[in-house]
Amino acid sequence: MTDTVPALALTRIRKEFGGVVAIDEFSLTVRRGEVVALVGDNGAGKSTLIKIVSGIHQPTSGEVALDGEPVKLSDPSVARRLGVEVVHQDLAIADHQPVFMNMFLGRELVTGPFRRLDKKRMARETQALVDELDVRIPSARSTIRDLSGGQRQGVAISRATHWAKNLVLMDEPTAALGVAETAKVEELILRLRERNLAVLLVSHNLDQVMRLSDRVTVLRRGVQIGTRTTASTDKNVIVSMITGLQTADA
Amino acid sequence: MTTTTSARTIAPSSGPLARLRRAEPSSYIVYVGFVLIAVVMSIVLHDDGFLTRQNLINILLQTAPITVMAVGTVFVLSLGEIDLSIGAVVALSAIMAAVQLRDHGLVAGIVAGLATGLVVGVVNGLLVTKLRLPSFLVTLGMMGLCAGLSQRITRLQAVPSTDVAFNGLFGSGSLAGISTLILWSAVFVLLGHFVYRHTRLGAHVLAAGDNVRAARVSGIKVDRIKIGVLAVSGLSAAVAGLLYTGRLHGATYTLGSSDLLTVIAAVVIGGTRLFGGRGTVVGALIGSLILGMLNNGLILAGLSDSEQQVARGLIILVAVALTLREDKS
Repeated sequence: MTDTVPALALTRIRKEFGGVVAIDEFSLTVRRGEVVALVGDNGAGKSTLIKIVSGIHQPTSGEVALDGEPVKLSDPSVARRLGVEVVHQDLAIADHQPVFMNMFLGRELVTGPFRRLDKKRMARETQALVDELDVRIPSARSTIRDLSGGQRQGVAISRATHWAKNLVLMDEPTAALGVAETAKVEELILRLRERNLAVLLVSHNLDQVMRLSDRVTVLRRGVQIGTRTTASTDKNVIVSMITGLQTADA
Repeated sequence: MTTTTSARTIAPSSGPLARLRRAEPSSYIVYVGFVLIAVVMSIVLHDDGFLTRQNLINILLQTAPITVMAVGTVFVLSLGEIDLSIGAVVALSAIMAAVQLRDHGLVAGIVAGLATGLVVGVVNGLLVTKLRLPSFLVTLGMMGLCAGLSQRITRLQAVPSTDVAFNGLFGSGSLAGISTLILWSAVFVLLGHFVYRHTRLGAHVLAAGDNVRAARVSGIKVDRIKIGVLAVSGLSAAVAGLLYTGRLHGATYTLGSSDLLTVIAAVVIGGTRLFGGRGTVVGALIGSLILGMLNNGLILAGLSDSEQQVARGLIILVAVALTLREDKS
């Protein structure tokens, strides 16, 4: 954590929909090699924040900076170009396509004068990546439909890992998974940290948050209650921040 | 994390054998069916001349317009949409072409025919994407609109096509001994197959038909693809209309009226998923040939027109039911 410039810096982000304030004022930095968890009850504004950082929504005011550079994420493709990848809650994976086509979805490799799809190379690179991340799937050419939920999530995370240069946003990555598969995905998330990526994790599962994150920030009804270093806090503190027993930091 | 990775090494992940093992039955059943039907008909209808060179060429010629439209329809279905207007576009394009051909000559005729299909396709696409209407309804309405226009323009009369060049180019002529009907089908199948299997556009069509949200967040311009694909579908119907006009030396409002079901059946029998995300152009060609053979067989077997219609409907229902059965999951 020697990087001085954070991968993601949000400064005084505010978002209104019509007259409704979804996020009041939110500031957060995520450094490379760091997992920061974003927690809060339903409707607290977590999804809105993720959508702002992934370019789906634009903040009403405030600044988003990637690698120290203020950026305007006018749509998701801009965010992707700047090295931000999202693992969506519902995976955003095409079921009837092979793993490698999902890995390169929207960014397919082509070769030759007719810009023919380079399926061999895509399959090879996909295989190398899933091997490296130890995501166990039968083959990079398997169809997604033939994989288990955990394997699919593994593919989604591998895809984010492959393309992210800065930051990976994870929106409830284990919400739909069983115990064993959750453990597997958690290992993957830790591996992203080892690869020196910044990870912003949205999760309802506080045990998971305590296991994985370096810091935790809490939102309640659009208000940022506070940010804590995971190692020096405990679950009960976080719960009281989420439920409102503890009011916002000054 | 400490267990070995032996699961990965059981089967080779590439090569034709592995690919065959992975293939779902629906992706090759059409080829098995094709061979079976060809063999059965060769035996049963041997004395009626099924296996003669001329008859086999006839099957190819008769299925050409269906094959051309089937290629367009593979893209439409793969995208999770449907184009019910193709049959009516066949007639309207043919009539527009024939009228312009008669009044202004070859180029005007061809342009008018193709432009008709293209415009209908683009309008379909715009209604589907901009107004967010289901393609099922849009193209159903367009079907009625085109059919009505065709009847009105021609006052239910046939429009003859006496242009030798036109008739030669679309259906009656041949190049190096090969009928232009077959050449047109070949161009559509080869080009369609390449785009579908080997280009980013093809991959994006499949992704958008498979999971539209995943396609959108991956930066795929889904609306643009939908407009383009429906335009190509209209264009392929227009080409089919020109082929009918060239072969029959004229256009009537009844052209293509029974083609819609045949085309969709050919495509689905060929292994294209009715709900998007998976398909095959080569399979659609085979599906089209299967239906062509059966149609031909019914005629050779001496069935009357009405009997043929009943038999054709039954065959299509059975074939589609068989191919769709395993896709329920």
